[in-house]
Amino acid sequence: MPLSIAVCVKRVPDTAADKVLDPADFTLDREVVEAILNPVDECAVEEALRLKEAHGGEVTAVSVGPEGAVAKAIRRALSMGCDRGLHLADPSLHGSDALAIAYALAQLLAGRGFDLILCGSESTDARTSLVPPALAEFLDLPGLVYAKTVAVSGSPGELKVRIHRERDDGYDVEEALLPAVVGVNWGANEPRNISFKGIQTAKSKPVEELDAAGAGIDPARVGLAGSKSAVLGAAARSAERQRIVVDDSDGQAHIKLADFLQAQGLI
Amino acid sequence: MSDVWVLVDHDRGAVSKVTQQLLTLARSLAAGTGGSAIAVFVGPGWTGAEALVARFGPAAVLVASSDELAGYQTGPTVEILARLIAERQPWGVLFASTAGGKEVAARVGARLGLGVLADASAVSLDAGQGNRPLVEHAAFGGAQIVRKTLRSAPYLLCVKPNAVTAVEAPGGQPPVEPVDAQLSGAARRVSIVETVSTAAGGRPAVDQAAIIVSGGRGLKEPANFSLVESLADELGAGVGASRAAVDAGWYPHSAQVGQTGKTVSPQLYVAVGISGAIQHRAGMQTAKTIVAINKDADAPIFALADFGIVGDLFTVLPALTAEIHRRKAT
Repeated sequence: MPLSIAVCVKRVPDTAADKVLDPADFTLDREVVEAILNPVDECAVEEALRLKEAHGGEVTAVSVGPEGAVAKAIRRALSMGCDRGLHLADPSLHGSDALAIAYALAQLLAGRGFDLILCGSESTDARTSLVPPALAEFLDLPGLVYAKTVAVSGSPGELKVRIHRERDDGYDVEEALLPAVVGVNWGANEPRNISFKGIQTAKSKPVEELDAAGAGIDPARVGLAGSKSAVLGAAARSAERQRIVVDDSDGQAHIKLADFLQAQGLI
Repeated sequence: MSDVWVLVDHDRGAVSKVTQQLLTLARSLAAGTGGSAIAVFVGPGWTGAEALVARFGPAAVLVASSDELAGYQTGPTVEILARLIAERQPWGVLFASTAGGKEVAARVGARLGLGVLADASAVSLDAGQGNRPLVEHAAFGGAQIVRKTLRSAPYLLCVKPNAVTAVEAPGGQPPVEPVDAQLSGAARRVSIVETVSTAAGGRPAVDQAAIIVSGGRGLKEPANFSLVESLADELGAGVGASRAAVDAGWYPHSAQVGQTGKTVSPQLYVAVGISGAIQHRAGMQTAKTIVAINKDADAPIFALADFGIVGDLFTVLPALTAEIHRRKAT
């Protein structure tokens, strides 16, 4: 039973690069930091490709954000093996918060007949984990998140997805009928490396470009003004550390540490 | 419009520490809004939770408890809570900023057209702006503090574990109001087939623990995590692991601290045999006190440690565990 799978990908700044907030509106200046595909989304792409390999079908890489840069995130997903891209770009989306992005994604994905919509459980920049469950809600679909395994079974019209949802002390086995939204955890798999052939073939894969109007997005619900959360300010965090360092060459460092912990009221 | 609600975070009636912190925060916020702190309990196991919730002083508890609710993931909680919010319009709801808490908040927000703030490390009231919330959270691995608010009420706020210190409030049993636990078909769409426990148990979960001891590649082999666990047990701590240790298969991903794992803000974070790569620092550098034990004096972890030991963890760790045991006994 071939599956029509969408996988949502996000471009994030490289962790190793310095982050610069635009002083005018406190959004991240995404042009000045080197961008990569959110590593957790790579796990979602890998999971989508494995499901396609097991069941047949097609995988669409979906992203929201400015042209150029986000096109690279989609291109990377295509290079890994996704079949086509779907890209929503519109200046009105600048500064959208997590729920506004989830709404925009829902408008973009609704009515396209996807059986399964995969996302990374979180992005390595904002890390809120709000988008996958909010996307499920906006689409009025079951949402299964924090998955460390994803399996699809059943017959046409009765397809089910089963995940292992990570818990602190183990996992829950969860099940829902398709269509559904699934958030995939970091560590669910080892994303494949991109091959030269993958990069070459990606260039000829179709990417559908839409603007907000084309996706039926209400401009009052997105962007800095349409988001329900507002940033009031930002400041570099000053973490004054005591920077006491002792050498254990005398074998007494553990005593000094115990003294320190006791003085701090920690033991 | 002035009550401050707390969604009780629990596992079949076992109430989490963060709930105690949220109830404490709700009491102080409610003093400013002129309302009351109200606990909302959804799920099975209320009788097991009742006494603990009462100790943290809610003025009342709304309870939707039935065994049937155990069979589904967050769907029932979302449906019941969204219904209550729409009917009663509290000032806002505090959620644990954990995996489950953020999932419920996101769905309730999307359902009711409300905004959600996640990962709050501090919450106060903006009295000059109609008591809208002022929320701080650490961004970009703790390098920035961002201040936010919400334009939509009721306010949905997810608060990080250990953001506030839990304080009990004597006052006896609050009144309990049973609320409708009827579920639609949509709330039952994601069923829990089975719950599998793999951990030894007994230790606090890493994203809620007030103290965390984490191990990395310096432990050399997985069996040596027992040294980390012994110290953790002596401190009543949770056990964390670096990405290198998790990638090597030494410890489960649920314990991973760092950019692709948990972001934690404990009172005390002890990094053992962890060099302090940026991807690890992004998950722990908002800890109140940081201790590092590493044999490499040039390891970047020492740059953010309050107390560092340059030494062999295989001698320091057992000695430290024994020393803390001795001091606790005297």
